[in-house]
Amino acid sequence: MSKNTEFVKFDKVDKSYDGKVLVVKDLNLNISEGEFITMLGPSGSGKTTCLMMLAGFETPTNGEIYLDSNPISNIPPHKRGIGMVFQNYALFPHMTVYENLAFPLRVRKVQKDEIDKKVDKALSMVSLSGFESRMPAQLSGGQQQRVAVARALVFDPAVVLMDEPLGALDKNLRESMQYEIKHIHENIGVTVVYVTHDQGEALTMSNRIAVFNDGKVQQLSSPDKLYEEPVNSFVAEFIGENNTFGGEVTDISKNVCKVKLQNGEILANPISVNSKGDKTTVSIRPERALINPKDKMDNNQTGKIEEVIYHGDHTRLRLDLLGNKEFILKVPNSSNELDLKLGNEIKVGWNSQDARALDPK
Amino acid sequence: MSNETKQILTTDGIPLEISLKKAERKNKIKAFLLVAPLLLFLIITYIFPIGEMFTRSIDDKMITNMLPKTFKSMETWDGKELPSEEVFASFLSDFKILVDKKEHGKLAQRLNKEKNGFNTITKKLFRQVKRDKIDETQSIKEQIMKVHKRWRNVEYWQAIKRTAPPYTSAKYLKAMDMYLNEDNKITQVSEDRRIHRILWLRTVEVAFFVTVFCFLMGYPIAHLLATLPMKYSNLLMICVLLPFWTSLLVRTASWMILLQQQGVVNDFFVIIGLVSDDNRPEMMYNKVGTYVAMTQILLPFMVLPLYSVMKTISPSLMRAGKSLGGTPFIAFWKVYFPLTIPGIGAGCLLVFILAIGYYITPALVGGASGTLISNQIAYHMKTTLDWSFASAMGLMLLGGVLVIYWLYNKLVGVDNIKLG
Repeated sequence: MSKNTEFVKFDKVDKSYDGKVLVVKDLNLNISEGEFITMLGPSGSGKTTCLMMLAGFETPTNGEIYLDSNPISNIPPHKRGIGMVFQNYALFPHMTVYENLAFPLRVRKVQKDEIDKKVDKALSMVSLSGFESRMPAQLSGGQQQRVAVARALVFDPAVVLMDEPLGALDKNLRESMQYEIKHIHENIGVTVVYVTHDQGEALTMSNRIAVFNDGKVQQLSSPDKLYEEPVNSFVAEFIGENNTFGGEVTDISKNVCKVKLQNGEILANPISVNSKGDKTTVSIRPERALINPKDKMDNNQTGKIEEVIYHGDHTRLRLDLLGNKEFILKVPNSSNELDLKLGNEIKVGWNSQDARALDPK
Repeated sequence: MSNETKQILTTDGIPLEISLKKAERKNKIKAFLLVAPLLLFLIITYIFPIGEMFTRSIDDKMITNMLPKTFKSMETWDGKELPSEEVFASFLSDFKILVDKKEHGKLAQRLNKEKNGFNTITKKLFRQVKRDKIDETQSIKEQIMKVHKRWRNVEYWQAIKRTAPPYTSAKYLKAMDMYLNEDNKITQVSEDRRIHRILWLRTVEVAFFVTVFCFLMGYPIAHLLATLPMKYSNLLMICVLLPFWTSLLVRTASWMILLQQQGVVNDFFVIIGLVSDDNRPEMMYNKVGTYVAMTQILLPFMVLPLYSVMKTISPSLMRAGKSLGGTPFIAFWKVYFPLTIPGIGAGCLLVFILAIGYYITPALVGGASGTLISNQIAYHMKTTLDWSFASAMGLMLLGGVLVIYWLYNKLVGVDNIKLG
């Protein structure tokens, strides 16, 4: 069976709450069947609104959402058959774990023994077998979270929506839950739409990530592409760490362009600049710039060490380089022959291919 | 590891355990001193008056103290035939003392309550005693029996004997339209005199329906309050509380203006043609008035606990219910409603208990068919001055409330009550 690449489809969706400001602008997004897609963005970027429109708690002002080729804007939430994991779990506090999981099955008038089977299966999937008779308040945060996931999956929905489900957990638990949710997704192949503002979460879990800002999808691509090849300066800034230079293009060819900075000139990869005189922001990942490069690199500069921060596995250096006092370098702690002292001048080099000339900020 | 536990000493050599206990005791005393004023206040204003009410309601010592010798000599009397000479003699001696203290009138009053006809014969006996006509060297029994034929009737002596115990349940029985007859059996009063039982039933009925009306009206309001955005909900909250801040009397009076036959509501009905001008319905001085006014006055007591509970229910729970496939009604009924039960319990209990003892509103708008047991209590407090009867009814009301509380605890559990 070929997978439907337009299983969920946002077609030219606009959303405005007050009739003045559009919180979602002309959204077009296709989600394939069985995909794990993450909507990532700062708060107020419209990602949760999109999720709520898909779940049916908000209606699009314009445009249409399709689920398996059927328009769903006029279908109330309880008839959409979409599972949802809420930010604060939204477990029913007056019901036991069993009753919580049985709720979606009972309202669908499933037979009692069938309910028992499905609840059993869902609980073992999140490794909570034997917790049936507990009340939600008797569970830890992580356990409640897993019950919420199990409840959203127990009635075999076509799509599961997750609205920052790990936001309330502490760091270690959050990481282990990330893997757990990822594995559950891989095992049962359900389509997951996941909303978060935590880029680490998005990068580890998703097949594809849609970066939201200002009501628009800035970039939709796989995690590695998103990190390595951001298409604009917002994405570059939002995902991972990033060194930037603002400047003006003075020369441009197919693969490389010259960018004149306030004090200096660098070579960069022209992504969103077209001609001479364009303003641009050049973005370089910290790990792409090397100290005392042995290979021949087409950008070689000298910077002064402003700050040394020890991070265990690596050391972060803050340099003053070409007028940018926030230039970050990551040095693996194996290369201890380097003399990394405050105030020292060091040589730094990078390839022009890794310096992406994006739109100006 | 050694199992021996060495005694830990503080720096000045006192065992730590004792030192800690000492410090704790100090804290406990401090804490107690802080609550002591309240405790004292409660004892003085709550426990003591209730105890006082109770003793007053069963107290029958007055007559016991008036006729000490009589009751003493009556102890050996079987109560079937006329008592012996000794009883008559001690009665006369008690009576003489009362005459000296000018308290014979009180005695006559009290005995007359026990049995009609005592007033006359006590007055006659008083006159004989006053004129010193009774010769103590002769048979006192014969002389008293000659005063009036009723003194020869054993029933009157039986009535005196019945008043002997210092405590009586008569007031409680009276409140239930019952009394102890000559044979010490609980008997109902004749049907045309049964007023209290109707009042009790009416009180419970009114309190019940007022609670139901308050719930039906308060639940949606509380829900709206809990879900509206802050700026609207604050305004609505003030609307709910505004009547709360107005004097009870003013509110009741305004209901009188609204509900009377020439009042605003009736005028409106006539204008829209619902009723004809010469056929205006009576909405006041009957149960309707009591229901309307009490429901309005007690509504905040329902809304506030409900609101405080609903405020804590996350809106995502209803969303979860819907996203899991429940229709809005199922999501409400299975998810939202059960979570509001603590508020419903608190609100209903509060309204019912307040309604069952309500006084001013039924007195003003209730008329004859809308007055409640508390009006009867007030009547006995202020008009007949039968405080012991009023106390008895008050305590029965208190007992009823405690029973309701106990029932509620059995059914729902008091821990579930949330007032805010």
